[in-house]
Amino acid sequence: MVNTSVTLCGVEIDNPIIPASGTFGYGYEFAELYDINILGTFSFKGTTREPRFGNPTPRIAETASGMLNAVGLQNPGVEKVISEELPKMRKVFSKKVMANVSGFSIDDYVYICRRLDECDEVGWLEVNISCPNVHGGGMSFGTSPKSAEEVAKAVKKAVKKPVIIKLSPNVTDIAEIAKACEAGGADGVSLINTLLGMRINLRTRRPLLKNTTGGLSGPAVFPVAVRMVYQCAKAVKIPVVGMGGVASAEDVLEMMLAGATAVEVGAQNLVNPFACRDIIAELPEAMEKYGISSLRDIVGAAL
Amino acid sequence: MKQTIFEIEKNNPLTENVYEMTLRGDCSEITRPGQFVNICLDGFYLRRPISVCDVCGDRLTLIYKVVGKGTEKMSQMSSGSLDLLTGLGNGYDTSVSGGSPLLIGGGVGVPPLYLLAKKLLSEGKKAAVILGFNTKSEIFYEDKFRGLGCEVFVTTADGSYGIKGFVTDALAGLEYTYFYCCGPEPMLKAVYKNTTSSGQFSFEERMGCGFGACMGCSCETLTGYKRICRDGPVLKKEEIKW
Repeated sequence: MVNTSVTLCGVEIDNPIIPASGTFGYGYEFAELYDINILGTFSFKGTTREPRFGNPTPRIAETASGMLNAVGLQNPGVEKVISEELPKMRKVFSKKVMANVSGFSIDDYVYICRRLDECDEVGWLEVNISCPNVHGGGMSFGTSPKSAEEVAKAVKKAVKKPVIIKLSPNVTDIAEIAKACEAGGADGVSLINTLLGMRINLRTRRPLLKNTTGGLSGPAVFPVAVRMVYQCAKAVKIPVVGMGGVASAEDVLEMMLAGATAVEVGAQNLVNPFACRDIIAELPEAMEKYGISSLRDIVGAAL
Repeated sequence: MKQTIFEIEKNNPLTENVYEMTLRGDCSEITRPGQFVNICLDGFYLRRPISVCDVCGDRLTLIYKVVGKGTEKMSQMSSGSLDLLTGLGNGYDTSVSGGSPLLIGGGVGVPPLYLLAKKLLSEGKKAAVILGFNTKSEIFYEDKFRGLGCEVFVTTADGSYGIKGFVTDALAGLEYTYFYCCGPEPMLKAVYKNTTSSGQFSFEERMGCGFGACMGCSCETLTGYKRICRDGPVLKKEEIKW
């Protein structure tokens, strides 16, 4: 019998598999397909202070082995998330959930995190300082070590639950940003958010996305993600949550060898709604194949 | 929603770039006309959403136009299996149609109206159909609709067949209790302006997942934000923000 449990920022989870924010809604579309309580946890749709419609469509474009999205943080706003979405989610998911938060100012981050910190359902706060699809906020906090540290520090002061800062790969040195988050008191970092990309329609000579640019995800980004997880895990002592193009149990093992304590699965949920169920089912066999009795043992083994 | 492997039975061109594919598999999740399936193709990351044209037992008929590399690949498949997510989208509501509904389709917006016409006729209603195309060589399914027993009007933009003009040029003088419409957005807008009754429109949008998870295909309506894939693709005339 292999042991798939891991401990993420002091909270033990049955397995390291976490559907990534923005690919899993609040869980209930997937709960119609399988019992989502088999997941380690999941990170719910990015939440802002006010409701947001997001960007104009088209918001999605295909790429080789991946996709671009420019959804732009569509969500009903933190108050509706607490009053409407979390009660619905609770009916289909009994474990602690990861609350994903986005803001346009430090004050926003603090306010939203404080509100969600009060919710029993929430086990971790994942603070997104890396959304490439919103203007005047989002990624701009994640591209300088100074502002990343400020967000981490301000949020940590306001909440009791573990704070995981979600980092952008669209920087020169992601390890510097991870170190700044650690210095600001963050309990963990998660990475990578999507890589900024663009595609153009040959017939119309216009960008495929109405927003012009969007974030690249899917298997195309997996090696970039592994490299960045590795660099961050080398640079910090706090847990690293790895994500980016993960599509199989073997990808999960690779991410963990690179230093990930837990692994988020994003775009793959959209093309195979059973992706996380399948990965969890395949994990024990993959572990046996590579002589792994406990997943905890391999975190950062490649460092 | 259900994930099922279907076997391709036939895949033949209806016009120069519109194909009819029939498949065999579990169609039990397809409960309403106007729903769609999302097709996984080898070598392509995202699935292809295609509206359901007809369902008969375990036989599924899809009609699609070759517009890019994915549909081009589909057009070259004459046998083998395909991984489909079925039962996606809300579909048309036939309970509100009254006794003589009008179905209006343009181009590859025509296919979902076929199953809809069958359903309406099976409910004892008298369905009339307007089919709009650019030119005579692009026309398909005229005989299929007549075969069901529908009154059929065909329009061509260049006047090479039927009524010259757009679907709205066939509307004048027709009496109907309700309408159902599917086609390119400019056509939907024209129908919206030129119809006297209430009705339902089927929309198209670039999708990520096709089942409501990614928010890739959202639109604003008078009754709030809707996901074309899950809360649509069919929207009621009263909720559209035009």
